[in-house]
Amino acid sequence: MTAGPRVAVLDYGIGNLRSAQKALERVGADAVLTQDAAVVSAADAVVLPGVGAFGACMDALRDVGLEGVAQDAAASGVPFLGICVGMQMLFDGSEEDPDARGLGVIPGEVKWIPSSVQRPQMQWNQLNIRRDEPMFKDLGDHPWMYFVHSLHGVPSDSDCVAATVQYGDTLNVAFRKGNVFATQFHPEKSATAGLGLLHNFVASVKS
Amino acid sequence: MNSDIVARVIPCLDVTNGRVVKGVNFVDLRDAGDPVELAARYDLQGADELVFLDITASSDGRETMVDVVSRTAEQVFIPFTVGGGIREVADARKMLRAGADKVSVNTAAVQRPEVISDIAAEFGAQCVVCAIDAKWDASQNRWTVYLHGGRTATELDAVQWAERAVSLGAGEILLTSMDRDGTRDGFDIALTKAVSSAVNVPVIASGGVGNLQHLAEGVTDGGATGVLAASIFHFGDHTIAEAKDVMSAHGIRVRPVV
Repeated sequence: MTAGPRVAVLDYGIGNLRSAQKALERVGADAVLTQDAAVVSAADAVVLPGVGAFGACMDALRDVGLEGVAQDAAASGVPFLGICVGMQMLFDGSEEDPDARGLGVIPGEVKWIPSSVQRPQMQWNQLNIRRDEPMFKDLGDHPWMYFVHSLHGVPSDSDCVAATVQYGDTLNVAFRKGNVFATQFHPEKSATAGLGLLHNFVASVKS
Repeated sequence: MNSDIVARVIPCLDVTNGRVVKGVNFVDLRDAGDPVELAARYDLQGADELVFLDITASSDGRETMVDVVSRTAEQVFIPFTVGGGIREVADARKMLRAGADKVSVNTAAVQRPEVISDIAAEFGAQCVVCAIDAKWDASQNRWTVYLHGGRTATELDAVQWAERAVSLGAGEILLTSMDRDGTRDGFDIALTKAVSSAVNVPVIASGGVGNLQHLAEGVTDGGATGVLAASIFHFGDHTIAEAKDVMSAHGIRVRPVV
């Protein structure tokens, strides 16, 4: 059996990375958890996961020497996927930790979702797709994805919003900027719909 | 209830030494005692999350649970929580690294509440579930927190303990009524309502589900956003799809089963 595209999942010691790796393997990728810059730069695609707090994740990423590696990968043109706090870190900064600097890949800020609703949003919710996006191919008009978050991205350029959900307000939950795609939800935990999105991500390597 | 809330249906698997404890009655399972196969089945059926409760007594058996978690993560792509025997950050780390999304703490948190903040500080509040077993105490006019499956009473008021756990960093409360557990009489709605009104994090109602109407009541009357059940699903009485149909008929938003 030929190995699928090599996908580097950036491993900086935070929570559950194994699910992302296993879900990518399920859809045909040769996925590795790595802290090694050489492995990342040789990969066909890069995934930046993340759970927990924005500042803590940025610190952890920096501590293992992956901050510049992540920025280089995003700038290199290979398919790049940010998930949850991995998505948030692609922005310039976050209201959660105003002193922490983000990766600055997607211009804009991460902001609190309204306090009128239960925070975090910890549930499945239905996407409203905002732009023609290969990552949503074959997922239907309103796929259900799993969310755990208290903040969402507000990009300077609203054209890069790929999908929203309704939760207290209209929240931006997927973004596209060049080779970079990023989701607030967890595709690796979103059953068939999530695996479909990851399949599309892995397929984008070959095309 | 806010119309943006989507309720979660959560089967619970009790596991000891790597095997499902309560009998299951899915006729076509190859191995009804294998928690991984059962978890995969519930994923396929449309369960929104899963909870594994490790009731293994020995520490050797707990290593078996790490293996169960690790094998589950290879096959099951919905969120799952592991509880039982999580006493410190190292235990949580082991389960999260193996592929669990959340850990639930119960006895250890009552004995040393900082374990909640310790785990939340390292992995985030979203992965810390505080499991609370509560029993009505008429003499004190409150629900008292119990440990060890309802055998050991504590001095804690369940509603106050839930508030404290959330302030320490618990991202979710898994609330089991020891009065109702195993009775099939339905959730303790008053208890569920008291806790869900007191905290601003999701509350999962547990204990006493005997029919699908009960699941709906946990949400509409109890204010829970997740409903947990074991036997009605394990024994094949009802499917996840049937549960969601009934909840939907009560005006509760759920993720439809495809």
